[in-house]
Amino acid sequence: MKIEARNLSFAVRGKTLLQDVSLAVQPGETLALVGPNGSGKSTLMRLLSGLAKPSRGEVLLAGKPLASLTRREIAQRIAIVEQQAETAERITARSVVELGRTPWLSALKPWNGQDTQLVDKALRTVEMEGFASREWATLSGGERQRLHIARALAQRPGLLLLDEPTNHLDIHHQLSILNCIRNLKVTTVVALHDLNQALTCDKVAVLSRGRLVACGAPSQALAPETVSEIFGIQARWVRDAEGADPFLSFQLA
Amino acid sequence: MSAAAALAWQGLRGACLALPVLAAAVLAGAMIGETSLAPDLVLSVLANKLAGAGLPVDPVDQGIIWSYRLPRALVAAACGAALAVAGVVLQALLRNALADPYILGISAGASTGAVAVTIAGLGGGALSLSFGAFNGALLAFGFVAILARAAGAGGSRAAAAQIVLAGIAGSQLFNALTAFIIAKSANADQARGIMFWLMGNLSGVRWPDVWLAVPLALAGWMICRFHARALDAFTFGSDSAASLGIPVRRVQVVLIFATALTTAVMVSIVGSIGFVGLVIPHAARFLVGPGHRRLMPAAALTGAVFLVAADIVSRIIIPGQVLPIGVVTALIGAPSFAVILVRGQKAAR
Repeated sequence: MKIEARNLSFAVRGKTLLQDVSLAVQPGETLALVGPNGSGKSTLMRLLSGLAKPSRGEVLLAGKPLASLTRREIAQRIAIVEQQAETAERITARSVVELGRTPWLSALKPWNGQDTQLVDKALRTVEMEGFASREWATLSGGERQRLHIARALAQRPGLLLLDEPTNHLDIHHQLSILNCIRNLKVTTVVALHDLNQALTCDKVAVLSRGRLVACGAPSQALAPETVSEIFGIQARWVRDAEGADPFLSFQLA
Repeated sequence: MSAAAALAWQGLRGACLALPVLAAAVLAGAMIGETSLAPDLVLSVLANKLAGAGLPVDPVDQGIIWSYRLPRALVAAACGAALAVAGVVLQALLRNALADPYILGISAGASTGAVAVTIAGLGGGALSLSFGAFNGALLAFGFVAILARAAGAGGSRAAAAQIVLAGIAGSQLFNALTAFIIAKSANADQARGIMFWLMGNLSGVRWPDVWLAVPLALAGWMICRFHARALDAFTFGSDSAASLGIPVRRVQVVLIFATALTTAVMVSIVGSIGFVGLVIPHAARFLVGPGHRRLMPAAALTGAVFLVAADIVSRIIIPGQVLPIGVVTALIGAPSFAVILVRGQKAAR
């Protein structure tokens, strides 16, 4: 499902958090969103998901203005994994994933076998099927994050928005989650802090102080000059002895 | 089986499980009191009154059962169920384990309305205490709602916290007004009477109260039950609920108004019985888990049975005297809640 942002601006209490951002993600593509803390990544995510309304500009989902869809219609198309969504409820891992079916259920369309299958499948995708009956409080940060992703997958979205999904994860799960995201057929926008992980996505958008400073092929958007300037560091390309794709190396300027 | 039929079947099965328990509780409420009456006597009265069976029953006993104990037990059941469900809904919606039906200032407003009528003499004796309490409750809730809305203008993120804070401010204000009126114009007897009413009192309950409380409890129940899945979606907060397709603002408004209105009516009939709306939801959650499709019926049933039982205890524990039911609910509720808390901790380990 294609998503397009047109001249998005967002201000709260007179402070502009995002200014004139335009970008488009084609169906099936994975776009990485990078930028320093406070550069507007989460704000852009909230605007793309319809959780916040832009002060100016608009979001088009498959060519339709997001503002013309109901909450339920949006939830049937877009799933979002936010940072640090927590609960004190004594809810099981499985019921967390089951929440993902909410936009597809109604009084006249109750839970059925297909919903159960989708939940099973989502749990398998994030390698959490063995944890289904565990209580939320007993799970580690990484396990909780994987469940949130499974919940989003159970929603069967055409567009998946992930706000720093690899936070809290060990390197194995970081790589397996990213791999899983890249292999999904759904369009994905993922905010990432690890620039080398962003390099493996189809496209990269770079935000700085609420503005979009680069958007395009990863090796171009993440050119060392751009990265050095925005993050206030020195970045350079490094190639390992085995001749794999180059990656970025950093040091303080 | 079609979806609608499955739904109807589910409701029917639930009713089949819950109704006998409820009926037994109400029967006990009609039997037990200062003079204990046999169950067959109660059933005879019911047969006489409902089916015109014409069975021979002492008219005094019949009067006690039909005009006094039965409406009292029914209102206690309706009130307990409504308060417990309101507690469940508000705890989920506001994501606050300490939320109870009075968090929106309703109990404070009701007491202000009650003293305004009975002590300050508002309405010149033409208004009843219930009428004053109901209007006071609505006034306080309106104040809290407007304050929460004005404070929450920044967006829905902090809305739950704003409502809780506005509720605290509203409660403080109306409690102060109550204290002011009592201090200014009440004598000791009046103050005692109001204290008694504030702690909950089912003594004055008659059949017209039943016709108000029971349908209202049922209506409130249906509105809340319809939103069970939406409440589940609030597990991770209102943003998460919105991303799951819940029209957050509409659900909040509908449910808060529904619970506020039911609570206001219940408070105006029986006074502000504490503890039920706070503790029963937690007890029910402990029994059936956090999923609202099972939690709500469980809370309603537990609340109804608990309040009927508490009313029985309040009538018999001190011979010749009725204890305010709020004292009983707190005296039973607090220790049993402590047990649940400790057990729950152990089970989670």
